Amino acid sequence: MTSYRHHPDRIAALVQDDRVHRDLYLSEEIFALEQERLFANTWVFLGHASQVPEAGDFVTQEVAGRPLLMVRQPDGAVHVMYNRCAHKGTQLVTDESGNTGRFFRCPYHAWTYKLDGAPLGLPLKNGYEGTRLKACESGQGLSVVKHVKVYRDFVFVRLADTGPSFEDYFGEVLGAIDNMVDRSPEGKLTVGGGVLRNIVHCNWKMYLENINDTVHPMSTHESATKAAEALWEGHAPSDPKPMAMEQILPFGSGYEFFDRMGGRVFANGHSVLGVNFSIHSNYAQLPEYKAAMQAAHGAERAADILQRSPQNSVFYPSLSVKGSPQAIRVIRPLAADRTLIEAWSFRAAGAPALLFERAMSYNRLVFSPMSVVAHDDVHLFESIQQGLRAGGNEWVSLHRNFDAAELAQSTITTNGTNELLMRNQFRAWAKAMAAEAAA
Amino acid sequence: MNDPRDFVAHEAALLDERRFDDWLALFAEDGHYWVPLRGAAQADPFSHNSLAYEDRLLLQLRVDRLKSPRAHSQHPASHSQHVLQPSRIEEESDGEVRVRTPFLYVEARGESQILLSGTARHHLVRTASGWAIRQKRIDLLNAARALPAIQLFI
Ligand code: FES
Ligand SMILES: [Fe+2]
Repeated sequence: MTSYRHHPDRIAALVQDDRVHRDLYLSEEIFALEQERLFANTWVFLGHASQVPEAGDFVTQEVAGRPLLMVRQPDGAVHVMYNRCAHKGTQLVTDESGNTGRFFRCPYHAWTYKLDGAPLGLPLKNGYEGTRLKACESGQGLSVVKHVKVYRDFVFVRLADTGPSFEDYFGEVLGAIDNMVDRSPEGKLTVGGGVLRNIVHCNWKMYLENINDTVHPMSTHESATKAAEALWEGHAPSDPKPMAMEQILPFGSGYEFFDRMGGRVFANGHSVLGVNFSIHSNYAQLPEYKAAMQAAHGAERAADILQRSPQNSVFYPSLSVKGSPQAIRVIRPLAADRTLIEAWSFRAAGAPALLFERAMSYNRLVFSPMSVVAHDDVHLFESIQQGLRAGGNEWVSLHRNFDAAELAQSTITTNGTNELLMRNQFRAWAKAMAAEAAA
Repeated sequence: MNDPRDFVAHEAALLDERRFDDWLALFAEDGHYWVPLRGAAQADPFSHNSLAYEDRLLLQLRVDRLKSPRAHSQHPASHSQHVLQPSRIEEESDGEVRVRTPFLYVEARGESQILLSGTARHHLVRTASGWAIRQKRIDLLNAARALPAIQLFI
């Protein structure tokens, strides 16, 4: 058994210029190290501020294996704390979301905390006189996540004390969140319609790679796209399509389409797929929406926002954004071979209800556990997870369009089928995993 | 098959026998198959999302897809078993009936097997050739929790 924890050189050797080693996907030790290093040291999407509109509203969510608590404060700020009582570690709340009122009260021995985690009171106070409680961690109230960034209502956390700033870490890819929010004439999104949650028995990185994989739709999704094409046959191209057809048929586009859509990579593993156009570019235009956007942003800027509809924008390592339809996927790793995938839909303030319908319909058709499209994807991810156990070849190929010059650049715009978008993820992975080991 | 409770049992049996074309033919022209994401608590399919909300066109797409040799996820094929509790008639009026049927649903494929439970609610309308489904609604327990792929029809 290879041990990686104390061997940064072995970890680094898993990621080569144009291929990666299977242990990245299979090793539970690597998974544990990812939780400690990668997911704690980078900025990870936690939730959306619209989930906690009122003071005392909370949402519970694990990040990197740690139970967290996102809470709306009386002054309107959003704070994140560890969901762990300062006394013995009981989780303060175990509902997914709710409102705690003006304070948190631990269900075990009734210690109480203010909404920002400061200690409020405890029963039998006298018993603590003369003890060290006040000086100990347990007397300080809840542990707070210090590095929280609320970017246009998207809430991110960095659990480690040190690391890159939010802006340095994401850089230009933040434009994808801007674009999604700017699609609301009022500049405001709210989470709506619930979250579709899938358990997929594969490594999280495989799922993230596939978000940037444009070579697979032709072969993987043939069963769904051919069935849709056959059903739609005989209709003129100008016939108004039912929303489901509008959303499913483009999956059947040819290699050339996906190649021309273009991709761009940024430092730290982020990328945008579909910089020229995408499978979302040809949804029916809505005149009254266009007018509202022009009134809000001016004609030129409105056109600019609306014509941008990348297939996916990856906020490495855990978030993928689709400005149109207004949907995100959140990747939450559970084990080396088990990943939770969430699909969220957004309502855009000031935009027609049809936009929200599009988001919900897209998520339902493509990312629901009962999806029409994703069964073939999921089957293949689970198949890879098994297939990689085969001996012989221990490597996964990422050679497509490899060019040694890419190693020296951080931002590159390229063809849409270039596996550079995946190589870029693994280079960021190697960097994050080695950084901590060296420290 | 005059008794709508027999119709419900027949409908489930067609699915378990993978007779999907015959199953689809049970739906009215405006028929829908609906699995709300909030289960029994959900009022409508528009204000909140659903695991599935499909009209005949989409159901046809699903059925056609399942026949394709390129439906990779069907190698090996999935099979289902509906274990129904006795159906109860909730409402009956002129040519329409609403029936509720608590169930266990098993979907098996290769080495894996998933178990779901909930209540099926059929809204049936009387046609010249017997009952037809205007809506089949499935209220799952824990619908909003993380689920593995559900490939056939609950
Ligand atoms: S564990 Fe919370 S009060 Fe004792
Ligand atoms: Fe896919």
